[in-house]
Amino acid sequence: MAAFLLRRTLQAIAVLFIVTVIVFALLHALPGGPARAILGPRATPAAIAAFNHENGFDLPLLQQYVRWLGNALRGNLGFSYKRNQSVSSLLATAVPRTLLLVGLGTLIAVAVAIPVGLAQAVRRNKPVDHVLTAITFTLYSMPAFWLGLLLVDIFAVKLHWFPPEAPSGGPLEMLQHPAGLVLPLLTLSLVTIASFSRYVRGSAIEQLEQDYVRTARAKGLESDELVRKHVVRNALSPVITLLGLSLPWILGGSLVVEAVFNFPGTGFLFWNAAQGADYPVMLGVVLVVALGTVVGSLAADLGYAALDPRVRDQVRGS
Amino acid sequence: MNTRTRDAVSAFRENRLAVIGAVMLLAMAVFCFIGPLFWKTDQVHTNLMDTFLPPGDGHPLGTDDLGRDVLGRLMAGGQISLIVGICAALIATSIGALYGSLAGYLGGPVDSVLMRVVDAVISIPTIFLILFVASLAPPTTVTLILAVALTSWLVPARIIRGEALTLRSFEFVKMVKVLGGGSTRAVTKHVLPNTVSTLAVNATFQVADAILIVATLSFLGLGPPPPTANWGGMLSGGLDYEYSGYWWMIYPAGIAIIITVVAINLVGDGLRDALSPRSAR
Repeated sequence: MAAFLLRRTLQAIAVLFIVTVIVFALLHALPGGPARAILGPRATPAAIAAFNHENGFDLPLLQQYVRWLGNALRGNLGFSYKRNQSVSSLLATAVPRTLLLVGLGTLIAVAVAIPVGLAQAVRRNKPVDHVLTAITFTLYSMPAFWLGLLLVDIFAVKLHWFPPEAPSGGPLEMLQHPAGLVLPLLTLSLVTIASFSRYVRGSAIEQLEQDYVRTARAKGLESDELVRKHVVRNALSPVITLLGLSLPWILGGSLVVEAVFNFPGTGFLFWNAAQGADYPVMLGVVLVVALGTVVGSLAADLGYAALDPRVRDQVRGS
Repeated sequence: MNTRTRDAVSAFRENRLAVIGAVMLLAMAVFCFIGPLFWKTDQVHTNLMDTFLPPGDGHPLGTDDLGRDVLGRLMAGGQISLIVGICAALIATSIGALYGSLAGYLGGPVDSVLMRVVDAVISIPTIFLILFVASLAPPTTVTLILAVALTSWLVPARIIRGEALTLRSFEFVKMVKVLGGGSTRAVTKHVLPNTVSTLAVNATFQVADAILIVATLSFLGLGPPPPTANWGGMLSGGLDYEYSGYWWMIYPAGIAIIITVVAINLVGDGLRDALSPRSAR
């Protein structure tokens, strides 16, 4: 286990290193270079030269990278001239909100998707399965922004149950006014449930066809008990891997939800920055979001290995 | 047709949902590409006398905010959505297949480095990457296809790399080296052809994902530029009038997206079941 842990952690560090190279490359791939991108198309050559000198953009690339990485590691991700605020302070307010949205949304999605998927697997090709399949397929195939706006139309505009916009303030204030969180969370988790339950269904069906299930049945184990005791555990450990792999996808979904509900998280910040060509902010968000997914999938892999001894042995052997 | 192909075809045909999906998809393609030959409309010029007309005589699905016929626009928009989805999926799957099979075939440190790069790019959510690319220059249909393709090749790369790792230990692939063939030959002549069924399944799902991504980009304001119609643009444009009662500007495009994406997923599921020997029980 220790060897697996070390190996997987080193891999994650290598991935993070490549992420920083990519973000640095994106910074220099900006049309006209970073100075032109940040100062705007009307900046004079003198201003650009001064900016480049001040920020070290006239140094050799490798030296620039080391300098940039050193700054990033110390939490200095640059400055947004559009908002006159440092990128890290913008992120410090946005990240906790997105963590709240994505964390709660994923929890709800997993809590619903597992029973739904299992119920479908047990009653495979029965009416319940068909109805749930139709619902999940439709939800999955529906653009998330439309789903969000439909929910607003029904629950905010027609029924007045929940506000149509996300609450402002930090995550703690948001939790104090949970009504505003309901619709964003509902949208994000419905989309995620659609994808996860399908996976749980497939995984459980695969387990139900295994020999050990037939043996247990032959020994007279009741179907409910069989599912509870044997199938659930075996069918669910791949779900942890799925969670790790789905993180970028869920964060992408969160961007759409944040845009629909004006939810002031990282996705919303990124979207606004993309419209205003605010590159320091965009690159800072990309770096932090990628950090989040790498750490998240590392955690998922370690969790999976902790649950399933075959995985860590396999990895050690290879 | 060899036995394996015939088995796969008959397995697909026995899968009722997959056949329904294929028929839905075909109907949608006929509607978008052949429909305009019979239902001729002007989708370029605006007609401010006839804006927001409800469905009725001359306009079975009404008109939009610029007086364009919604039925005709649904056909024109579908063409762009389908073309962008299919082209992006083909390019992404090709890049992913080449990259993944090379990594898997070469193995060792090269494989490790190549796959860590995939891990790194995949850790940045697609929509963030595409928004970044789209913010550099106003998107055209071609740059949009490229942007979607260049951010969607990672999953096929991972899958094909896994298959190539298995394939390279087989005798017929090992023989290439013994007989003096290079890596390029081994990959293109022996590894890739044996991953075709996996590629086909993956490419199918990619089309559905690409259609949804382009729709989302339209909502975020970075979709195909006007006057080019696309379903996502029609849907998000229509949603601006959500509370004006112009439902015909929302539902036709939205339902077209759902039908198409559901149909593609049904076909993809059917293909996967028909082509993978493991699930052929």
